[in-house]
Amino acid sequence: MTTIEKTGAEPSARVEDADGGPLLEVRDLHVEFHTRDGVAKAVNGVNYSVSAGETLAVLGESGSGKSVTAQAIMGILDMPPGKIPQGEILFRGEDMLTMAPEERRKIRGRRIAMIFQDALSALNPVLSVGYQLGEMFRVHQGLSKKDAKAKAIELMERVRIPAAKERVGDYPHQFSGGMRQRIMIAMALALEPDLIIADEPTTALDVTVQAQVMDLLAELQREYNMGLILITHDLGVVADVADKIAVMYAGRIVETAPVHELYKRPAHPYTKGLLDSIPRLDHKGQELYAIKGLPPNLLKIPTGCAFNPRCPKAQDICTTEVPALAAVAEQDGTELPGRGSACHFWKETIHG
Amino acid sequence: MLNPTQAPEAGPVSAAAEAPLPGGSEITKARSLGQDAWRELRSNPIFWVSAVLLVLFLLMAAVPSLFTSTDPGHADLRNHYLGKPEWGHFFQPDWFGYNGQGQSVYARTIYGARASVIIGFCVTLGVTLVGGVIGMFAGYFGGLLDTLLSRLTDIFFGIPLLLGGMVLLQAFTHRTIWTVVLALATFGWMPLARVMRGAVITQKQADFVTAARALGAGTTRILLRHILPNTLAPVIVVATIALGGFVSTEATLSYLGIGLQSTVSWGVDISDAQNVLRDAPHVLLVPASFLSLTVLSFILLGDAVRDAFDPKLR
Repeated sequence: MTTIEKTGAEPSARVEDADGGPLLEVRDLHVEFHTRDGVAKAVNGVNYSVSAGETLAVLGESGSGKSVTAQAIMGILDMPPGKIPQGEILFRGEDMLTMAPEERRKIRGRRIAMIFQDALSALNPVLSVGYQLGEMFRVHQGLSKKDAKAKAIELMERVRIPAAKERVGDYPHQFSGGMRQRIMIAMALALEPDLIIADEPTTALDVTVQAQVMDLLAELQREYNMGLILITHDLGVVADVADKIAVMYAGRIVETAPVHELYKRPAHPYTKGLLDSIPRLDHKGQELYAIKGLPPNLLKIPTGCAFNPRCPKAQDICTTEVPALAAVAEQDGTELPGRGSACHFWKETIHG
Repeated sequence: MLNPTQAPEAGPVSAAAEAPLPGGSEITKARSLGQDAWRELRSNPIFWVSAVLLVLFLLMAAVPSLFTSTDPGHADLRNHYLGKPEWGHFFQPDWFGYNGQGQSVYARTIYGARASVIIGFCVTLGVTLVGGVIGMFAGYFGGLLDTLLSRLTDIFFGIPLLLGGMVLLQAFTHRTIWTVVLALATFGWMPLARVMRGAVITQKQADFVTAARALGAGTTRILLRHILPNTLAPVIVVATIALGGFVSTEATLSYLGIGLQSTVSWGVDISDAQNVLRDAPHVLLVPASFLSLTVLSFILLGDAVRDAFDPKLR
């Protein structure tokens, strides 16, 4: 374990926007689902923020609440059964949860847009892609059909779909997976929103196409200076693109860190477990590490730290006290900017 | 002349699917669900048989004078039941013999198609609109509205179409084609509402609806532009099959004497002929065969359309 690394050289993610505040700030967000079997607590007090031009990667396994948080931000959570008992979602300082539905709808697509995981099912099968792209302009900007189509072609060229002019009338099933995802990206980009939420944008794609799509997304983000929330369970996807990472487990953020810091020195046993379970060439022939056990049942989240039944470092305190997201500091006491860990033993984890 | 009949079953879906295509400028061939279905239909012999029959019946309804120059009302008592069918006299007044009033059975059968076809189409249109709207609201908005509308559907389901039609038609002293249409549509919309509700609920959960919502589409747009075109296929299938049922129900009502009055109609003719079934069976059998064939061809067509739209049956 090499833990002695210089951290000062790393670009620390700035939370502040040009206007002094972050673009989007999620404060103590709780989401629960009322089911027949009880209340499933999908999100339990999530805090994060994104500024313009910044990429936040939200990392976690299935059921960790990363997608539900995104849906809550977009306001596309099914309510009921979903419920937001507590929390604030501030977009440019305004709480979207208390806004009128109509006001909120105007933000969707125009200011915040979303890219979905499976582009085939997220595009309407009976409408041509040109129509669906053009719809953005017709609905939000009142353009004519002809102008909207021209804009759609422009957008398709923007996301580098070859022969855009010929393909604008094609239907989603006529495109390959990578091309469809580009169309999804084009739709999200259409109105040049301030913030894009990408929910596992490359999970349904094969590895070579993944890289192309991520590069395209990163490039467009830089160009438009948008905020980007990248939701993924793939540590590899995140490394090149993100500025900072929030690791989620059982509806909580267990660790936050600037991207490279996290890979070098994880401050939470869960993050460490995730990183150790990446196959590595220099570990050829050795057994691949896996985090034991399963993610917790959201109906019965373990008391104390939710990770305690699976944690190799678990002590008695872990089953009784919920660890708060504490600032992480260097051994000599200098605080590491942008870093936090929700572990009672973060010191041992990062330094030990 | 094949187009008029193809339009009702192939038209709406392919039109809906193609509508967004800005016309004419396409170079590549885009294949939508409707186009695939058409491709499938084209190679289905059952479709062609039913389509040809339906074209014939539609022609009869639209321009009966193409088939006969005899006035269906013209009675000549010299021909009273005597006129047995002359099977060799094609398209002649005595081809299928004469009825009790001495009227040409052939002419009456040709002219009788109009009432059946008009009622069949208008009732189907009516139930598709009423049932479609009710099903769509119930399916999309859910909750209390869904409960109310679904229970209303259940209540109407409890009333047999024929019984409901009879009771309602009793209230009218003067009954025309339109009163029959009203009565049948009032008690016939439930299957369409259920199919529409189911289809809307399925589509509502589709990712593309969430995506449209996430990109700022409003309720109306989501319902009409994103959900509706995707629900048309099952609705068209159910409507086509139901059409045959409405035609036969109209005939049943007329047979029972509470359907059409003083209109040339198969049901009325069948009703009049029942007393002389043993002496002059042709008077009953000819309009009855035409009726059966019409109903059959609609049901076959509905079947073919369903097979074409359901990829699992290909």
